[in-house]
Amino acid sequence: MYQYFYELTNSTILSTIFVAVFPLVNVLLVALLGVYLERKVSARIQDRIGPNRVGPFGLFQTVADFIKMMQKEDAVSNEIDSRLYNIAPVLVFTGSFAAYAAIPFSSKLIGSEVEIGLFYILAISSIVVGGILMAGWASNNKYSLLGAMRSVAQIISYEIPTAIVVLSIVMLTGTLSLDIISQQQTAYFWNWNIFGGAEFEIAKFLLIPFMVIGFLIIFISTLAEVNRTPFDIPEAESELVAGYFTEYCGMKWAMFMLSEYGNMFAVSAIVSILFFGGYQSPFGYLGNSIGLEWLIPFEQAFWFLFKGWIFILIQMWLRWTLPRLRVDQLMSLCWKYLIPYAILNLIVIGIISLI
Amino acid sequence: MMKTEHMVLNMGPQHPSTHGVLRLELEIEGELVRKVTPHLGYLHRCFEKHCEAMQYNQVVPYTDRLDYLAAIGNNFGYAIAVERLMGIQVPERVEYIRIIMAELQRIASHLVALGSFGADIGALTPFLYLFRDREHILSIIEDTCGARMLYNYIWIGGLSHDIHPDFVRKTKEFVNYFKPTIVELDNLLSYNKIFIERTANIGILPVDTAINFGASGPTLRGSGIKFDLRREDPYSIYDRFDFEIPVGKGLQGTIGDCWDRYYVRVREMEQSLRIIEQAIDHIPEGDVQSAIPKRIKPPKGTVYARVENPRGELGYFIISDGSVNPFRVKVRAPSFVNLEVLGELCKGYLVADIIVILGSIDIVLGEVDR
Repeated sequence: MYQYFYELTNSTILSTIFVAVFPLVNVLLVALLGVYLERKVSARIQDRIGPNRVGPFGLFQTVADFIKMMQKEDAVSNEIDSRLYNIAPVLVFTGSFAAYAAIPFSSKLIGSEVEIGLFYILAISSIVVGGILMAGWASNNKYSLLGAMRSVAQIISYEIPTAIVVLSIVMLTGTLSLDIISQQQTAYFWNWNIFGGAEFEIAKFLLIPFMVIGFLIIFISTLAEVNRTPFDIPEAESELVAGYFTEYCGMKWAMFMLSEYGNMFAVSAIVSILFFGGYQSPFGYLGNSIGLEWLIPFEQAFWFLFKGWIFILIQMWLRWTLPRLRVDQLMSLCWKYLIPYAILNLIVIGIISLI
Repeated sequence: MMKTEHMVLNMGPQHPSTHGVLRLELEIEGELVRKVTPHLGYLHRCFEKHCEAMQYNQVVPYTDRLDYLAAIGNNFGYAIAVERLMGIQVPERVEYIRIIMAELQRIASHLVALGSFGADIGALTPFLYLFRDREHILSIIEDTCGARMLYNYIWIGGLSHDIHPDFVRKTKEFVNYFKPTIVELDNLLSYNKIFIERTANIGILPVDTAINFGASGPTLRGSGIKFDLRREDPYSIYDRFDFEIPVGKGLQGTIGDCWDRYYVRVREMEQSLRIIEQAIDHIPEGDVQSAIPKRIKPPKGTVYARVENPRGELGYFIISDGSVNPFRVKVRAPSFVNLEVLGELCKGYLVADIIVILGSIDIVLGEVDR
């Protein structure tokens, strides 16, 4: 990305600032828009109207909430372990924010073109677990502790099927770089990994059913990793009040919220890169056909955001439709069903890719 | 040996899912619950003692506040008790209107119970759908007596207001509107795979335990016993109507599990609609206040009247010493009795199941504490 902006602006300072600020702005935008959309979507599903007072269509509702959140008194209990208590929200936010560094928004808009992007994202998002455990422990609240224990067990368990499915894609594409995976699925939508990848031979057609299974497994596990219904047991409000952030308020609480929505987009982005072509357009580029090369990265960014938001909408749709699983059912779903199927899927994809 | 101890978790009185100010003292081992002790009294308002200082008719508004989700049922039981004590015969019109109102109220109350049960499990959308439907009932009753929650509608010997001119039409409209939404509820929640996973085979209440603890209402019928006071000990004119008593059959798991208790309520709403349909066209003409006594001064004696409230058997035991004030009013509150069974049901389940079991018993704290 730096190179691209350097060519555009010819200024090192401007392009450095842009590269640094872009992911942060994106996370904030995702959170603001995500909260608004969550409200509107839930209102639609529940036969309500949703926010419609602040600004046109209630668009500034989340902005107003954000301002309120910043003004709030930071009320904390005396019994907390204040050092851990204060670090936890920052750590959780860092974990989800850092993932954005490696996500390619288009062929030019990549925070950092690391070769091992997939590995980096899997690793960095694990930091969140530490933060959650710290929050639960430091709050000195039994609900927080229970929520944190549940959350950690859940996130660690569901990382396994995610990693196995990611591995099967890596086996197929032969790279850990998210950018290269996206590039391989170029041109038209039948080149996407969910349709068996770009190579047009017999293996492509054999792969399709297993790719669909892989997609379902990774989608379910990412739902669990970002604590969305039906897997929102760490913050199950009817059981644990608010889970690990029960004792938090004001901006510290908002950090958890930000990271939740940030995570939602991050996992949606990863799923769309792995299976749905990432930033690739499903049917060619306008920029190519009318001969404006510089338009292509922007088109790609549009498609990338479009796909990401589609997955976020699906997550919201599920959240407002389904009840919540119990903690042991959640674990058995992961260990008894998802992991064995994921391993089987990995083996089958491995054999097919040898053909 | 490592020394281990159970963690004590105080659930409530401020907790989103204890349905009011109930405090549950949970002894937990990880997520497993070893012991549940309910602590009551956060909403105690000395109802029974207050009654002794009031005249008979002044008690009626206070009965509203017992089971505030089924206020008409509470009025009904108290009115019947005093009427029996005094030997008042109420006009036919009053009987019909009372029954239609009580059944509407039963549906409204079950809608809250089912909705909040779903919300306890994390299904927030059915909750709002059911509250939307409940709104129709509330507006019908509001048109008639002006209140939406604490109606003070059924008086001793009559009613506070005659029905609204539009009442019959609106009630019929509601019945037609509501039938498909029960199907919708079944599709959305009752047969949802996750919902069944969460409720079937959880909190099984065996028949003998249910009887020993004196459970009543859907909690008892969920265990498979056909016991409904509208049929067993008919009051008012319930013996004239044709309706079934749904019982738990263990369709998704074991008889007497949470799903059964939930499903009994769903089916009961259908039966209430049947009763309303049978009654709505036959409301006779008459004056709803003609039988209201000018001065309520029952003769010496005692009476126990019981009615089938949405939550179970609501009984009023009244001792009259011949004065204008009752000497003693004792309320047998169904929620209070049903709540006793909680400790028995919750042993060995997970924290998340406790919420489900509590929701399936469906308590109203206003009635538990009185």
